[in-house]
Amino acid sequence: MNWGLEIAKAVGLAVVMFTFLAVVAAMFGVLLERKIGGWIQSRLGPKHVGPQGLLQTIADTVKLLQKEHITPRAADVVIFNTAPLIVAVAGLMDWIVIPFGPTLIVRDLNIGVLFFAAMASLTVVGILAGGFASNNKYSLLGGLRSASQMISYELPMAAAFIAVAMQAGTLSTVGIVNAQAQRGWFVLWQFPAFVIFLIAATAEVNRVPFDLPEAESELVAGYFSEYTGMRFALFQLGEYAEMFGMAAMATTLFLGGWLGPLLPPVIWFLLKMYLIVFFLMWMRWTYPRLRLDHLLNLSWKLLLPAGLIWILITGFVITFF
Amino acid sequence: MGELAAFIILSAITLVSAVVVVTSGNIVRSALSLVPTFLGVTGFYILLQAEFVAGIQVLIYAGAITVLILFVIMLTEGGTGLRVPQINEQVPMSILASAALALLLISVFIRAPWPTAKEALPQYTASGIGEALLTNLVLVFEVTSLVLLVALMGAIIIARREH
Amino acid sequence: MQVGLTHYLVLSALLFCLGLYAMLSRRNAVAILMGIELMLNAANINLVAFNKYVAPTALNGQVFALVVITLAACEAGVGLALVMAAYRNLETVHVDEINIMKW
Repeated sequence: MNWGLEIAKAVGLAVVMFTFLAVVAAMFGVLLERKIGGWIQSRLGPKHVGPQGLLQTIADTVKLLQKEHITPRAADVVIFNTAPLIVAVAGLMDWIVIPFGPTLIVRDLNIGVLFFAAMASLTVVGILAGGFASNNKYSLLGGLRSASQMISYELPMAAAFIAVAMQAGTLSTVGIVNAQAQRGWFVLWQFPAFVIFLIAATAEVNRVPFDLPEAESELVAGYFSEYTGMRFALFQLGEYAEMFGMAAMATTLFLGGWLGPLLPPVIWFLLKMYLIVFFLMWMRWTYPRLRLDHLLNLSWKLLLPAGLIWILITGFVITFF
Repeated sequence: MGELAAFIILSAITLVSAVVVVTSGNIVRSALSLVPTFLGVTGFYILLQAEFVAGIQVLIYAGAITVLILFVIMLTEGGTGLRVPQINEQVPMSILASAALALLLISVFIRAPWPTAKEALPQYTASGIGEALLTNLVLVFEVTSLVLLVALMGAIIIARREH
Repeated sequence: MQVGLTHYLVLSALLFCLGLYAMLSRRNAVAILMGIELMLNAANINLVAFNKYVAPTALNGQVFALVVITLAACEAGVGLALVMAAYRNLETVHVDEINIMKW
């Protein structure tokens, strides 16, 4: 095959996709979060910058860019500087397998869902490295807590993926959406897997009610206490991109991806993805934060056995019906 | 040609990171440099058309085993970041032994007439592996899950704090 | 020139010997375990390369590599648990200081 063309195509698509994400996920997502938080709490969100506060994120980005870049004195400089890169890159790489339409996907890997889970699990290394390299005991504690939370919740997420892949018969994301076109959306057939996936996805991106590692009131922002300016922005970009990625994967696996009657497929996909993002943000402003041992108990003692039993039930139903 | 370029780049990444792993004086840096090594090995699996093994390699090695190693480093004395000497007095002998083994292995590998097959791999190895694991190699599957269970229980019991 | 079987075998031999050097010459027990992981990865590359070039019809090589990855995870887990228990009792992780049998 023509290697030069393939590489050029892959790089071009990746650049387009990541720029689109950097604009949409980080900027619009932060604004959406503050506006929705405001409406839920009976107040208006940001209103001054631009019409209805729409240019707020641009103002925030300019502010972050012109902050001073501080490195703690005894910190390990190489690790301190590469940790936010690992988190941002792993959060963005997830988007290679998300299908916006029947052919609108960067690369339809035939291990799509496994690739998504693998990139989500690379984020943990970046968080641990960032927590350690800051040479600050609160950062270290926040990093260790966050890493233990994220690896505990990978298992129920993988169990939800396995149940969906068993019913669809393929690991490819396009194949899973096509299987839903024939049989009906998996949110009906696999509702427990949907619930397990949403809870595990919220914990994977460290959002409330699972955001003890970055709790502002307890751990002084946890593993990114020592990061300022652009590095902080990179961490936030990685987390928001991963949150949107989890929402996109939930629509692909459970809500039928791009399927829908009248509008073009991309509009349906974006509508469903923003529905799940709105649900995640709604959960943020409604629930209190779980304590660490409650959080880990929820994963190991409730979600993982539920996921395994659901896989067993799915296997039975597929074999005998 | 593209495959050769990819092979050279991946082997450069893998071998340089492996050298950092084995010779760095700071143990956290050597643990973090395991990640590019494992990602390089993932690249090799993709070049060898074993995409399911590549996905599992990233998920388990780069995602879980590296995190486990970093946890244990931070919970034992490496977490203080002190610069203690990390190498013992066996360095010259071990360089000699590894170099001798490398020479032996490489000379055997280059000279042996390997029987290359003409068939190609099936296109979707993920489903092929699944079928093989549940039909021909089901005993391997069951025994591996038993080993995982035993290792899980053993690790939890060994690492418990005595009350 | 094409990438053949010998390229992968030479690479895995080099990776194996780097892991062997780590295992023989490092003091920290966790560093020895990292060397063992490198050696297991080298063996896995060999298995998958042989599967593609010598015996492609049955996927035995890749299944064997998957089993080796699983067992490496188990062994890393148990080994690191042992290192932590040893640190708790003997207060050191440097293997050249753990040289008396009776505590």
